[in-house]
Amino acid sequence: MSTETYEKWYRQDRLPHIYCTGCGNGTVMNCTIKAVDAMGWEIDDTVFVSGIGCSSRAPGYITTDSLHTTHGRALAFATGVKMANPDLHVVVFTGDGDLSAIGGNHFIHACRRNIDMTVICMNNMIYGMTGGQGSPCTPVGKISTTTPYGATEPVFDLAELAVAAGANYVARWTSYHVAELIKAIGVGLETPGLSFIEAMVQCPTAYGRRNKLRQVGEQVEYMRSHAMLLAKKHRLEEQGKEIPEDMFTVGEFIRRYRPAMGVPK
Amino acid sequence: MTTLEFMQGNAACCEGALAAGCNFFGGYPITPSTEIAERMALKMPKKGGVFIQMEDEIASIGAVIGASWTGARAMTATSGPGFSLMMENLGYAVMTETPCVVVNIQRGGPSTGQPTMSAQGDMLQCRFGSHGDISTIALVPSTVQEMFDLTVKSFNLADRFRVPTFLMSDETIGHMREKISIPDSVEIIPRKEPKPGKLTYEAEDDMIPGFPTFGKGYRAHVTGLTHNERGYPEATNPELHEALVRRLVDKIESKRHEIADYDAVNTDAETVFVTYGPSTRAVRQVLHDHPEENIGHLNLRIVWPFPEDTLKLFTNAKTFIVPELNLGQMAREVQRHVTGQQVIPMGRLGGTIHSPDELYEKVQEVA
Ligand SMILES: Cc1ncc(C[n+]2csc(CCOP(=O)(O)OP(=O)(O)O)c2C)c(N)n1
Ligand code: SF4
Repeated sequence: MSTETYEKWYRQDRLPHIYCTGCGNGTVMNCTIKAVDAMGWEIDDTVFVSGIGCSSRAPGYITTDSLHTTHGRALAFATGVKMANPDLHVVVFTGDGDLSAIGGNHFIHACRRNIDMTVICMNNMIYGMTGGQGSPCTPVGKISTTTPYGATEPVFDLAELAVAAGANYVARWTSYHVAELIKAIGVGLETPGLSFIEAMVQCPTAYGRRNKLRQVGEQVEYMRSHAMLLAKKHRLEEQGKEIPEDMFTVGEFIRRYRPAMGVPK
Repeated sequence: MTTLEFMQGNAACCEGALAAGCNFFGGYPITPSTEIAERMALKMPKKGGVFIQMEDEIASIGAVIGASWTGARAMTATSGPGFSLMMENLGYAVMTETPCVVVNIQRGGPSTGQPTMSAQGDMLQCRFGSHGDISTIALVPSTVQEMFDLTVKSFNLADRFRVPTFLMSDETIGHMREKISIPDSVEIIPRKEPKPGKLTYEAEDDMIPGFPTFGKGYRAHVTGLTHNERGYPEATNPELHEALVRRLVDKIESKRHEIADYDAVNTDAETVFVTYGPSTRAVRQVLHDHPEENIGHLNLRIVWPFPEDTLKLFTNAKTFIVPELNLGQMAREVQRHVTGQQVIPMGRLGGTIHSPDELYEKVQEVA
């Protein structure tokens, strides 16, 4: 990121941020700011909204008007902002727990309404801020403070959920795929309707430490080597080949132009 | 010019909101408040405003708060169970000083209770329901006309004090039909703009900071965490937290006698009824039927912040009787503010209001 972009979009008087060393959230924040800046959006026309969690602290570091709301409810607040003033660009930062556990209902309904905003979920597969409890995205067998014997519940595929619920644009990448992530966020920003971008991120403190990925590099490498392009997955399926269980898909899940709410006239 | 209409209380609430310039309504249907959402859905688009039926009451109040930050005059309407769901976000509105109006057409509780019957069981919930120390403003209409007037007033007080205000009505008034007069225009108190050079949460002499509407270049950060005057989280600073929460409470409590709205009748009486909402009507009937008795009546249109000085207007009072549709929620508050006088709670549950006869019997019992 150029110094100019950095100085323009970040609240210099608020830094350094609270994220742990090696946390993936900073990367996602930077990717978002790059994409927003490339859109040519003005600081004064852009609003960031978030819920509660490490990821949700992001708006507090960005120079625009911003609402750091209650746990899980960011999309409800953002709906009010966008519907009351469609001329504002609205971007939501959320965590996997914030979005899919307590906020699950708001998530599906925001997608169903297809409200014109971009939702970026920093999915670290765990509750970071409260110290590492299990989330609806903690993979089966992984350790958290509330799944000390390994998680047993099936996980949500947030991207698939957003597609099924009606979002116009859905993509998933990781904090390793910086270029792809910036590009996907950019497409999300310019697509009318709800865009959902899931960014898998490393959380060395709450997740990595308990799951044999203690080093930041190890977790990033894990994401790189376990991310399978959607196209490849489809190809393997067509060929009747097996897809390894611990792989997850990345890429663009959907890009469509269904009727949306809150699109400026 | 005014127009005369015969309408339902819930409809009058909508008309009051529209007259006050309400341009955002987010809600979720619940008896006995549903007519408000329905009428707003019908009327709001014609006024260029937004009606949105959210997925639940938590989302409704969230959307209302979000809309308020864009400068909208935003409102929601609900009843007991929905009101309970809103509590966390209402605390957020208090902490972030977000003006908004919440209408609670109360019904019998606890739980789903009596959906189609009247009650006033949420009077303490609107004062103490959200976690932490808060002060809010609650208005209670006793006529359909007051449904209109006090809805307008709710918006003005919300904007002036930057606080959520509660129109704590009930099924009786919400579903009652009466003649009302609707003026061509009403007084509108706008939100104060931030003064140049002031920080986002830097309060002025009245303890209230100017409102930095989103999209106008203020670049405000708004958080429910304990924040400094810039609006930035500083959640582990004891002095800052104390000063912030005290200001949020004091900005309302220090003005409670100015905010007060009441009628005081027969102030020299020894026996005095204290009412708010529907029991006001029954007490008025008692006074009308028994002019010879010199019965006092204090009717509160604003119950929170509680205007305790209004009790002192009754200089000869020996007994305060508090008929209400709960087991003594406001009677407890009256009790807190009197010494040497008797306070008789006349709580009533089940969904019907007090009859003038039973109220008069109580007067005779006391005398
Ligand atoms: C109503 C409510 N319940 C619980 C909490 C406690 N809480 C704070 S953050 C959090 C989970 C955060 O996890 P996630 O959304 O995945 O974000 P992360 O911190 O991992 O970025 C929880 C449960 C809260 N603040 N509010
Ligand atoms: S706990 Fe995890 S998600 Fe939170 S800041 Fe630390 S590394 Fe990041």
